[in-house]
Amino acid sequence: MSGISFVAFYVGAGAAVLATALAIMQRQPIHALLYLTVSLLGVALTFLALGAPLAAALEVIIYAGAVMVLFVFATMTVSMPSDAPPGHVPPRGLRAVAGPAALGLLLAAALLAVLRQAGEAPLGKTMVAPRDVSLLLYGTYGVGVELASMLLLAGLIGAYHLARRSRTERERA
Amino acid sequence: MNVQAVPVEHGLIAAGLLFALGLVGLLTRRSLLFVLMSVEIMLNAAGLAFVVADAKWGRADGQVMLIFILTMAAAEVSVGLALLLRLYHTLKTLNTDAMRLLRG
Repeated sequence: MSGISFVAFYVGAGAAVLATALAIMQRQPIHALLYLTVSLLGVALTFLALGAPLAAALEVIIYAGAVMVLFVFATMTVSMPSDAPPGHVPPRGLRAVAGPAALGLLLAAALLAVLRQAGEAPLGKTMVAPRDVSLLLYGTYGVGVELASMLLLAGLIGAYHLARRSRTERERA
Repeated sequence: MNVQAVPVEHGLIAAGLLFALGLVGLLTRRSLLFVLMSVEIMLNAAGLAFVVADAKWGRADGQVMLIFILTMAAAEVSVGLALLLRLYHTLKTLNTDAMRLLRG
């Protein structure tokens, strides 16, 4: 593992732990979500530094992308009564996003450093290529893929059923 | 290029810290949204531990497990958020202390 990946691991892990700690302390759900997204991006950088580019990409696409978007939609749908004391005015505008933005820029700088270096030399000493992961996933763990597909189908049906309004509610509406 | 590897302990410590933070969030926050977020943090920490072990042994099995964890987390969060919307519709609050009764 080269020097820059070594540094990137600690930057990513440190940013992830810090952002997670701040996320669970926020009063406003949307601020917590911002910090949580930064935390997931930090973990993705850690994956990249550890020589797992596929895991890093999936972390960004699925966790920081899809799952966080679901959370944002849920937050927008419910009007959360804030558990802040009545006189407390939550920070707005740039001040509200300063923390996540600073951590995000730090991660972006580390990512750029890693990518610049990656053009010259391979990342981690033991980089696991996406090809190896795919062969293992659809070979040895084929049964797991089938089970995961069944789980996703069950999740889809469950979410649809739960989100649908019941018959009495529809008649009332 | 100086060969310099991250000790596997440091990766596991990071995963442990993330898991502990998720657990603290799960136990201390009363909003259902924060509870779901904390569960995501803990699942993510488990994934990090898998990938760290992967880097240690130079195998791909940990990343396969991470893909399964991601799948599971996606299914979990979709059902969880649907339940959250349902409960908000019924109870008009997301406070978990208000959810004491099983009947809707």
